[in-house]
Amino acid sequence: MAEIHLIGRTASPGLAIGPVTMLTAAVAKRTASDDPAQEAAALRAAIEGARAEIAEQIKTIQGEVADILEFQVAMLEDDALADPAYGVISEGITADHAWRLALDVEIAGYRAAEDEYFRARAADIVDIRDRVLAHLSGVDTVARITSGSIVAADDITPSAFLAADWSHGGAIALAAGSPSSHVAMLARARGAPMVVGLGPLSWNGQPPALALVDGDAGTVIFDPEPETRRLFEHRMAVANAAQAAVDAGRLDSARTADGQRIAVLLNIAAPEDLAGLDPAICDGIGLVRTEFLFEASQGLPDEDAQYAVYRRILDWAEGRPVTIRTLDAGGDKPIAGLTIDSERNPFLGLRGIRLSLARPDVFRVQLRALCRAAVHGALKVMLPMIAVPSELDRASALLDAEFTALRAEGIACARPPLGIMVEVPAAALRAEAFGAAFYSIGSNDLTQYTMAAARDIGAVADLNDTGNPAVLALISRTVEAGRKRGVEVSLCGDAAADTRLTAALIATGLTTLSVSPIAVARLKAAIAKVRS
Amino acid sequence: MHDAHASRPSETPVPLTASAVLVNKVGLHARPSVKLTQCAKGFAAKIELALAVDGPWTDAKSPVKVMRVKAPQGATLHFRVTGPDGKAALAAVLALVHDGFGEA
Repeated sequence: MAEIHLIGRTASPGLAIGPVTMLTAAVAKRTASDDPAQEAAALRAAIEGARAEIAEQIKTIQGEVADILEFQVAMLEDDALADPAYGVISEGITADHAWRLALDVEIAGYRAAEDEYFRARAADIVDIRDRVLAHLSGVDTVARITSGSIVAADDITPSAFLAADWSHGGAIALAAGSPSSHVAMLARARGAPMVVGLGPLSWNGQPPALALVDGDAGTVIFDPEPETRRLFEHRMAVANAAQAAVDAGRLDSARTADGQRIAVLLNIAAPEDLAGLDPAICDGIGLVRTEFLFEASQGLPDEDAQYAVYRRILDWAEGRPVTIRTLDAGGDKPIAGLTIDSERNPFLGLRGIRLSLARPDVFRVQLRALCRAAVHGALKVMLPMIAVPSELDRASALLDAEFTALRAEGIACARPPLGIMVEVPAAALRAEAFGAAFYSIGSNDLTQYTMAAARDIGAVADLNDTGNPAVLALISRTVEAGRKRGVEVSLCGDAAADTRLTAALIATGLTTLSVSPIAVARLKAAIAKVRS
Repeated sequence: MHDAHASRPSETPVPLTASAVLVNKVGLHARPSVKLTQCAKGFAAKIELALAVDGPWTDAKSPVKVMRVKAPQGATLHFRVTGPDGKAALAAVLALVHDGFGEA
């Protein structure tokens, strides 16, 4: 039996070896009724059952996976999806057949799309179709995948992927599929190698027992010869060793080539970003965005809800400093019921601290929650979009008032140090005039306000360059002000994670950089190459 | 969804229209479609979208129909809004599109 080499496209990197599991669609049988009304009711119940099942799953997960499932819920809640099915049911077609017909038309529409992204959504509709069919027949049709196995299939649904345990290896080899599919996103997030577009998986007689998946090259070898397998296992060992070295480096504190210590902090948008992370990879958290707490669906969060979240983050940090930014709504972050929708230029409007000072009812709740959380760790509070010292002074007075009130009520609290985000050129130019406890440079806004160029407008995106000497001069000036006043200066914008800028940023005198967790290892490696 | 208010002669009988360019990476895909329809459902007004200024118009409250539009990045989305809270609805959906649906 000769080994079979198939070439496809990479959808998720990495190498894997394992036994092959062939996924074949289970066909469930159900007994249909002759009564169209009963069939319609059965379909309605199955759709509702599928919707409720997914909604239940969403409660236990967050982030990307939740987004994928929320999409399925939204589709199932939309009558437009099932309307054609109800139409043919009334003509005497059974519920399962009608649903399959209607959804297959929908799936064909996606498969025919020009855009690869929309083509990839076909797998989601297949998932929706099969889940409702399972509810109609009362049989679980989601294929079970054995942990550590190589799944070989035409395509695979998010449900099938999510039902498997990927923590002990395993990979996916698909005849069709797409790197843009939701399963590919999930595979990348879970570290499962995946190759798509291998073409028809047909075997002469026996299906293969073993497969090697190369998610880096986009190739799969079924039933490898012993020598092929030996070489592949050698490559896996080398790759694992290299990965271990990078992971180990993540835990080391960052130093430049000439030994200067650089603090590396994390930027996070929600406590979920910290899940599974070892706090030892960082020197603290440089930016907690709090906008997620204020998302329209949840309404304005109360003090206890905010306190619980802030405390969770401080607990995770185990005493390392944590900088929480007060609500930075407005600009590109509208919040229903809070920000002004009709501003002609929201980036120059009522946003950040301006909005908080205009809405002290909302701001005070956040300040109280922060004072209460401050007793659980090294909390610092940062104000966004500060342009003039009086904004800091007014916020500081509000913070003092809430702290005093809490203490008078006998509630455990502390007054956290109050610093400013330096992102308006006016603040960078005279940073020393602000009585801030620290400065944190928001390089995204500082760059766009200095260069008068937005990064999401393609025609001027090249002007939106943090490496421009004018922007670097404002950063140097802020660092200098911090040195004179003896307060810490950090940088928490996207420029911190752009390793092409690492040397230039360190040259301004910055010794603290804050990046998203995924960029930590890369930034530390870049810092180690900098020689001042 | 039928909107009784929209047909009342006393309230904004003329639909409000506006357009915005899709700036987010992969167009009006799954997550943006869900966000857009959720936003639209928050208003009583009838909200429709189209890829051309003269239609065909799609109900912006239906994720199934919005996904069928398959609007790619760089496409101009036209909105047509009728109803008592039409002005706020139009501002809200435009803000979402301008914002790239909150995606970096």
